[in-house]
Amino acid sequence: MLELQNVSYQVTEGATEKGILKNINLKIDEDFVAITGPNGGGKSTLAKMIAGIIKPTEGRIFFNGEDITDLSITERAQKGISFAFQQPVRFKGLTVKDLITLAKGTKISVAEACSYLSEVGLCAKDYIDREVNASLSGGELKRIEIAMIMARGTQLSLFDEPEAGIDLWSFNNLIKVFEGMREKINGSILIISHQERILNIADKIIVLAGGEVTAQGTKDEVLPKLLASSEACSTLMNKLA
Amino acid sequence: MDQLQKSMLEKIADIHGIPEGAYNIRSDGQSIGRNTTANIDIVTKTDKPGIDIIIKPGTKNESVHIPVILSESGLKDMVYNDFYIGEGADVVIVAGCGISNCGAGDSEHDGIHTFYVEKNAKVKYIEKHYGEGDGTGERILNPTTIVHIKDGGYMEMETTQIKGVDSTIRDTEADLDDGATLVIKEKIMTHGTQTAETNFVVQLNGKDSSANVISRSVAKGESSQVFNSKICGNNQCYGHTECDAILMDNGRVNAVPSLDANNLDASLIHEAAIGKIAGDQLIKLMTLGLTEQQAEEEIINGFMK
Repeated sequence: MLELQNVSYQVTEGATEKGILKNINLKIDEDFVAITGPNGGGKSTLAKMIAGIIKPTEGRIFFNGEDITDLSITERAQKGISFAFQQPVRFKGLTVKDLITLAKGTKISVAEACSYLSEVGLCAKDYIDREVNASLSGGELKRIEIAMIMARGTQLSLFDEPEAGIDLWSFNNLIKVFEGMREKINGSILIISHQERILNIADKIIVLAGGEVTAQGTKDEVLPKLLASSEACSTLMNKLA
Repeated sequence: MDQLQKSMLEKIADIHGIPEGAYNIRSDGQSIGRNTTANIDIVTKTDKPGIDIIIKPGTKNESVHIPVILSESGLKDMVYNDFYIGEGADVVIVAGCGISNCGAGDSEHDGIHTFYVEKNAKVKYIEKHYGEGDGTGERILNPTTIVHIKDGGYMEMETTQIKGVDSTIRDTEADLDDGATLVIKEKIMTHGTQTAETNFVVQLNGKDSSANVISRSVAKGESSQVFNSKICGNNQCYGHTECDAILMDNGRVNAVPSLDANNLDASLIHEAAIGKIAGDQLIKLMTLGLTEQQAEEEIINGFMK
């Protein structure tokens, strides 16, 4: 489904070039893939690159065999790639229903919009007409963001640290949401996460550190190596210690 | 009514055919239709152009429509409308003005509306302004609204300038007695070389009176807007004024919120935020499959909704 060939991303810092992603080669065909690794390792950059928000300085990206490297964000979204931001965006005036409707791409009933909210643990009637503005907490916005991705139901759904900013109670529900999505969604889920419980339900784990893929494989193949290496993020080390 | 009049009424007052309840429809300086009810009377002024709208005390769940249409190029229309909202009444008033100018002369409507909201009365006032026509003459709308709210009275004003108005100066003055509340929600979109100026002055005279003045605007093209809002806290009271504006192209907005606290127990807040559409908002909607232009339209439509 998704293939990255020799993908690199460099930025200029003063007189020097800094490599954020270095010659990444990946194939993602599994239903549920988690990308983990230390902060600053290039995970969010990789997700943004797949969504088309930033373009690689080298290499090509293929989606269902088609080279999408030069396609815009919109074109990639229309081909079936969704992206849940790590920091959800607020909109003055647009309501939760407006955003879910835009995500769905067609007019939907209130009941259908509410069903997506219910799936992410929000009491739909309390939220459906609310503006997506500063009155919503970070955790509420995260769940609305996930509901939008569910409404889209695309072939590839990217989530950038969906657990960030979510309380423990909500996190427990979040795991259930992803387990449910895995059953329902007709495509692949690619999650950037530091959380052991998310890594545990992944078919494949990719470790990204220092801009490079340092390990990839099943949970049983990757987690022991990850624990033994200095690349494991502190959160994960603590969880698995 | 001809087709143009019907079309304009739909745009400015959501009227499809003859409205229910009390109404007065003014077109090119003349009344072309009026209806009164047992509780709402509409009387033509004898000393100057305009009408008195008299709503009996205790009137509930009734509405009044008083739209104005100008289709004659070069016409300057000025009206004085006074609204007497009886004690304990609860009504909706739908105003609005549409100008269709296909000629070379400027068309202008200046409405001076004075509201007398009696004790514990509640009124929602909805006003839409709209302009169209391919003439070279300007479309000018200058509404003045004066509001007096007695003890426990409540008034909500929703004013919207949809599009097509070349120049507007909107003046609103209000004074509130004990426990009275005023909520103003203003929406203005300007484009081309249009100009819009709004001036609010609210006197919170009564104990526990409150005012909330919220303006959302979009300035496109070469248009410019000025937002002046002054809330005077003269008693134990609460006042809030907020201006949110989106700039596009070379649009300009000057927001001047002002607070005048004249009592130790006055609690007054002002906020103003002006800027272009945030890049992350555009990107978010593009990740949903919208083009940049579609994303921009959705953001603006939502903002002005």
